[in-house]
Amino acid sequence: MAAPGRRGDARREMAAVLDAYAVDALVATLWARGFRVLGPTVRDGAVVYDELQSADELPVGWTDVQEAGAYQLVRRTDNAMFGFAVGPHSWKQFLFPPRVSLWQAHRHDGGFEVEEPANGERPLALIGVRSCELRAIAVQDRVFLEGRYGDADYAARRRDLFVVAVNCIEPAGTCFCASTGTGPEVEGDFDLVLTEILDGEHRFLVESGSERGEDVLRELPSRQATEADLEAAGRAVAAAAEQMGRSLDTTDLRGLLARSLEHPRWDDVASRCLSCTNCTLVCPTCFCSSVQDATDLAGDRAERIRTWDSCFSLEHSYIHGGSIRPSGRSRYRQWLTHKFGTWHDQFGTSGCVGCGRCITWCPAAIDVTEELAALRAGGEESDAND
Amino acid sequence: METVAEPIAPSRGPMAPRPFHVVRRRRETADTWTLELEPAEGEPLDVAPGQFTMLYAFGIGEVPISVSGDPAGPLVHTVRAVGAVTAAVCASRPGDVLGVRGPFGNAWPVEAAEGSDVVIVAGGIGLAPLRPALYEVLRRREEFGEVVVLYGSRTPGDLLFRRELERWRGRFDLQVAVTVDRGLDGWRGEVGVVPKLVADARFDPDSAVAMVCGPEIMMRFAADALLRRGLPAAQVHVSMERNMRCGLGHCGHCQLGPTLICRDGPVYTWDAVEPRLAVREL
Amino acid sequence: MQTIDELIGEGLVFRGMSPEALELLCGCGSNVRFTDGERLLREGEEANVFYVIRHGRVSLEAFDSARGAVSIETIGEGEVLGWSWLFPPYRWHLDARAIGLVRATRFDAACLREKCEQDPTFGYDLMSRFAQVLIERLESTQLRLLDVYGNGR
Repeated sequence: MAAPGRRGDARREMAAVLDAYAVDALVATLWARGFRVLGPTVRDGAVVYDELQSADELPVGWTDVQEAGAYQLVRRTDNAMFGFAVGPHSWKQFLFPPRVSLWQAHRHDGGFEVEEPANGERPLALIGVRSCELRAIAVQDRVFLEGRYGDADYAARRRDLFVVAVNCIEPAGTCFCASTGTGPEVEGDFDLVLTEILDGEHRFLVESGSERGEDVLRELPSRQATEADLEAAGRAVAAAAEQMGRSLDTTDLRGLLARSLEHPRWDDVASRCLSCTNCTLVCPTCFCSSVQDATDLAGDRAERIRTWDSCFSLEHSYIHGGSIRPSGRSRYRQWLTHKFGTWHDQFGTSGCVGCGRCITWCPAAIDVTEELAALRAGGEESDAND
Repeated sequence: METVAEPIAPSRGPMAPRPFHVVRRRRETADTWTLELEPAEGEPLDVAPGQFTMLYAFGIGEVPISVSGDPAGPLVHTVRAVGAVTAAVCASRPGDVLGVRGPFGNAWPVEAAEGSDVVIVAGGIGLAPLRPALYEVLRRREEFGEVVVLYGSRTPGDLLFRRELERWRGRFDLQVAVTVDRGLDGWRGEVGVVPKLVADARFDPDSAVAMVCGPEIMMRFAADALLRRGLPAAQVHVSMERNMRCGLGHCGHCQLGPTLICRDGPVYTWDAVEPRLAVREL
Repeated sequence: MQTIDELIGEGLVFRGMSPEALELLCGCGSNVRFTDGERLLREGEEANVFYVIRHGRVSLEAFDSARGAVSIETIGEGEVLGWSWLFPPYRWHLDARAIGLVRATRFDAACLREKCEQDPTFGYDLMSRFAQVLIERLESTQLRLLDVYGNGR
């Protein structure tokens, strides 16, 4: 991982301004430096993340309208390149792929030998990483890198990651990163951060957060940022913080959830939840996985494949002939109490970054901010159940 | 569009098994075998009593199995054939190769029990994860007060380590009581439940450490019996089990409330576990 | 005829009984011994005694022509054997067989039932204690019905 960026007063000296052409040059520069460049693009009526060959492939002039259980792309009246929030994809599919071969082995001398993998994967460069997503990566770093055991696959994909972050100027109806303290302004580990300014000339304030970022920035056509540029960017970011679609009282959610395990609200949400696992698929921090061990027909070669898994599946808690959590109620409770509560106990942070994807992509329009508020409101009831 | 990303992590990563030869194989009961394993190459494992490994049958899968042998000796596992992987593991013969990852998890509090009475309570295959603790205790017998082994199983034919049990029972510094749910085949021992053995055992509840392992229901009733004898819940230790896919704290399956069994367990104190078990389907 | 002290020592069920009550009990009791394999109770026969085991172990069993004798419980030192004497039809529903040498105190059921009739306080005390024994045996049976060591299938 590149050296972490230090924000603050230093930003004024390092701030520059790019135009739309320079964003394209950024993409090209990163490819030229050996990165595989990934970024947002429109496909199938949504903003998804895929390889970007040029800035033309960005969702130029698109914005998203999001509500519980609803997502729609709508044309803007300007040519904003990042005038949307987040779609169903998160960056976890690249750092923590949905299906990955962990190792392959062959029979050998009565035993077996695990093979060294072939080399040659380009390091990744991510364009358009939002604050919530940056924090989500940090959350997964905690899970996969900072325990007693590191996840070797994640570490290999995470190494040399180049992050071009983007400050949100257009949060969506389901965003609540301001409540979770994870945005909209980007903080933390990034190489470059862009703030799109639509006020006047279409331009991007760019700041570097690392030496690598600075190095790339020097290759791009840019001009010095003026006070006016800085103010315009500041206004856009401040405005975004006021436009959150949702809010959440995060006060001691860990304690609240620990006390609410028998709250009647769980029955209520269970009557709506389909256990479809959409929320865990779109959530940028959900990390549950399973493994499949397979062999070829001759039985000479074996492979272990790791796949995404979801605590909403019955198999997730299967042991000794049955599931510990057979009911939908218990599985929804597991997901919500883990995400907002026991994640603190297990990893020292919240598991939620306020991106709102789970709300948007739930076919039953279940809203976690609403569910948590209901649990909090029913305080007297749940205490009586203790 | 099911593409599988190619492997990029080195082969010695913590998800890759090490090959171990089966050295010895012994049948314990109709469906349980004990295997002794040695590494095909490299150092033997450094195992503490209570820990487990992920045992891999080539091409079939892996399962978490507690270590059941002497921590100072070779790697020993006692496995019950209940599914495809365990059936393959149990069918392996001397010379065959299994994969091993680990050891993982925390240990029975043997050292912390020095100076106290030790009460080992096992049910069914639960004696296997406790046997390493007993070996440790017997190796330093003078450091402990009363040492009690209480063991129950379904029928006499399901008792593990039968000959060893008889040897332990023959010692003058060890209390060993065994019971079965049903007496068959000329069984002349006790027929009844483990909690009754707890009620009748000789130990000082003000200065004792209990280690309990077996099916979850049995552990609950045994813990209850120990508490009724006056043992504090913090001195009763149990070994918990949940679905496990990695052993590394990465797959999210083995959660027990705010803990991960592969990392914070499998050994827990009863006062920590009991509130979790009180919530159904947690 | 054993002394009251001996009675106190052997019977967990009688612990804490008043001296007067113990004397009443005493009047209905006698020392007996059984050799290995000897039957204390026979299924179907009249239940007119109960035992408190002083030494040894007794197996409560049922005979199954296919499996032979299946032991469902063992009764050990200090424990009560037999409760079918409490209520009609006063018939044993299981066999009881000595495993090794067994010494016990045998209590005459008819004698005790009469004393319970005559002295309701004593009767209540005895019934309470037997109720406790029944509860313990029932809990043990319930736990085994759960078949906790099964495969989970």
